[in-house]
Amino acid sequence: MSQFLINQLGLYPLLVQALMAMLTASLILGVIAGGSVVFIWMERKVAGRIQDRLGPTRVGGKFGWLQTLADGIKLLAKEDLRPEGADALLFRIAPYVAFCASYGSFIALPFATGWVGLDINVAVFFVVAVLGLEVFGVILAGYASASKWSLFGAMREAAQVISYEVPLGLCVVIPVMIAGTMDLTKIANLQAGWFTNWYLFHDPFAFIAFFVYYTCALASVNRAPFDLAEAESELVAGFHTEYSGLRWSFFFMAEYGSMFLVSALGSILFLGGWNGPIPLAEWVFGQHASGLSGFAFVVANLLGLTVFMSKAVLCVTVMMWIRWTFPRLRIDQVITTCWKYCTPISAVMFVGVINWQLLGLPNGSDLLPHHQLGVRQLPGAVREGAFGKNQLMPQAQSRDEKSARHKEALPAPLHAVSDRGES
Amino acid sequence: MSTIPENTANTEVIEFDVRTDEMLVNMGPQHPSTHGVLRLVLRTDGEVVSEVTPHLGYLHRCAEKIGENLTPRQWIPYTDRMDYLAAMSMNLGWALCTEKLMNLQVPEKARHLRVIIAEMQRIASHLVGMGAYGLDLGSFSPFLYAFREREKILDLFEEACGARLTYSYLTVGGATADLPPGWLQKCEAFLDQFLPVIDEYHALLTTNSIFIKRCANIGVMPADMAISYGCSGAVLRGSGVDLDLRRDGEEWYTNMYDGYAFEVIVEKEGHYPNDHVYPPVPPEAVLGDCWHRFYVRMLEVRQAVDLVRQAIDRYSAASGSYGEPVKLAEKLPAGETYLETEAPRGQMGFYIVSDGSPIPWRVRARSSCFCNLSVTSELCRNTLIADIPAVVGSLDIVMGEIDR
Repeated sequence: MSQFLINQLGLYPLLVQALMAMLTASLILGVIAGGSVVFIWMERKVAGRIQDRLGPTRVGGKFGWLQTLADGIKLLAKEDLRPEGADALLFRIAPYVAFCASYGSFIALPFATGWVGLDINVAVFFVVAVLGLEVFGVILAGYASASKWSLFGAMREAAQVISYEVPLGLCVVIPVMIAGTMDLTKIANLQAGWFTNWYLFHDPFAFIAFFVYYTCALASVNRAPFDLAEAESELVAGFHTEYSGLRWSFFFMAEYGSMFLVSALGSILFLGGWNGPIPLAEWVFGQHASGLSGFAFVVANLLGLTVFMSKAVLCVTVMMWIRWTFPRLRIDQVITTCWKYCTPISAVMFVGVINWQLLGLPNGSDLLPHHQLGVRQLPGAVREGAFGKNQLMPQAQSRDEKSARHKEALPAPLHAVSDRGES
Repeated sequence: MSTIPENTANTEVIEFDVRTDEMLVNMGPQHPSTHGVLRLVLRTDGEVVSEVTPHLGYLHRCAEKIGENLTPRQWIPYTDRMDYLAAMSMNLGWALCTEKLMNLQVPEKARHLRVIIAEMQRIASHLVGMGAYGLDLGSFSPFLYAFREREKILDLFEEACGARLTYSYLTVGGATADLPPGWLQKCEAFLDQFLPVIDEYHALLTTNSIFIKRCANIGVMPADMAISYGCSGAVLRGSGVDLDLRRDGEEWYTNMYDGYAFEVIVEKEGHYPNDHVYPPVPPEAVLGDCWHRFYVRMLEVRQAVDLVRQAIDRYSAASGSYGEPVKLAEKLPAGETYLETEAPRGQMGFYIVSDGSPIPWRVRARSSCFCNLSVTSELCRNTLIADIPAVVGSLDIVMGEIDR
């Protein structure tokens, strides 16, 4: 598209770049804001159903789907209060810091092949790192609020999030190691085909690693039973006790944004991303979406987007289910869970997957025969990056027959995909 | 490196390498988990609470002084507002105390009616206690499950007396009205429907591993401590003290339960009565901890169901009057009386001194929650902040009764 603007309309490349950046930014903002509205509505409905009541039923028709919007307007209209003793500047910027961290990590999150804000080859690293910055906003809020409860919440969040980064990182590394790349698009496309290709089913260690990842993700985005930073029965409302109106809603949006983000990340890393359980696009179009172009590419990608969203929303729904079922852990139990259970388990899973790869044991993709029109017949040669020059995994080269098949199974030329995003 | 506090929940978990400044924090009176308007001043060192001081009086309404300006029947609505979650039991306690002073025996039918109502109230009250305890531990859903069933009890009460919270139903001389026709059938239908629901509560809370982690071995109160602080009710029995006024109380009160078959819910040799149908005591739980207090309440709900069933049979069989209330300004005999009853939250005592006029000369209420709350500072010393709602919630206090 940018090429079109530059060549056909004669716009300056710099201007086009800026325009494209703004467009991408607004799209992602739309995803977060719209996503929050939907998720908050969903949370209310899920909570309602779990608790044997109806949830919102009035605003916006029978299902109350405009309830969040109405509440958003209410929040906009509310007075923006700041406690007298608060640090004015830090108090004001804290919600934006938290929101920007959540928002920023969406930049590198692909929604389908090529449909990504910024296609960077270390996307996994970028997403995890930037998401971790959210804790700064919370600490700022807790410190600047001049409230003891806020401070407690902030300190809890700091201890918790920093602890859980470790097992989370270890779990995230496992699919990265299997795939041999940190590029989320490539990781997802390597899982194309039948659902047995998903890294969840790669080997038993990866299977367990997903659940450890999910637990750590719950903790790092402060969802129950790890929602200690805003434990209402202990800390009133934790770090956002003193916030009201729009600023408060920014924390809320950040929370729901992060929730979706870790779910989407988990879907890409373990659940095959936008690849459905059956290679539907391959049957219809003869090849994987990444190998298509034009109208077929858009249709296949829309299909993939739907699949991807369904997986992420399913993960989010399970988070809601957990929240409305379990009591909250205590801070020492949360930290114990992290250091005594999650970290060792994820480390063992990490070593387990390494050995599985080294020994060349059969993985999930060997379970089902590749379909006639499945990933096996994807066009395009194997490019560098995915497995080609990978030093981490010598076995990928040594396992001649299997690795040859794996190489063959690689999806379309991936850098061509990133070009498409621009053209 | 400072000392590791003795009473800490998980001493091996909490380490004290870094000494930080102490901070005084006010928990309440506007705080979500202080059950109304309790104010706790916490002296904290990070997450560890070294000292807890409860402050009371935010809900004081001079109820006892008002009682000295009204006749006993006129004071009934004020007793409603003491333990507003068990208003029927408050009515009953005051009515029995005044009847004892007047030496007025209620008819047989009124006696069984009172058992039905008092035990139904116990179910409703323990449901709130259970739901609110889940809320204190961060689990919202049990609260609504509890309220769903409580609503049905309130519907029944509303049918009987017209009110849903402050009933003024049981009164001096009996009750203000007889149970409406068809009420007993509805009550029995409720009990049939309610019994399987108790299992849901156990599945949701009692056996939940996080729940057990949060309350087992937390706030352990040995029996001697419970006795020395004057604790009563489920708090006392949770510590293994075999005392229930329905069995061990004054004759004037125990007569009401004369002929009823029930076992006091207290742990004997590692077992609770009738606990075979309910989840076993987890190995982590220690007698006198939050889990046991909670479990005693849950078993008392079951016990109350049995008692209501027995009472319904006896009430249907009994003939005669439901007990006409005494005259509004009936003269009281000169003298003094004190009577304690087993309210859902413990031993609720009423004291009345009369000089022979219709208006008592002195009225006093002995609150069960007041004594139960007094152990807070002892139980919460050197715990974590998150344990304080767990401990206070397990005591199941109602500030309206403490402050009166």
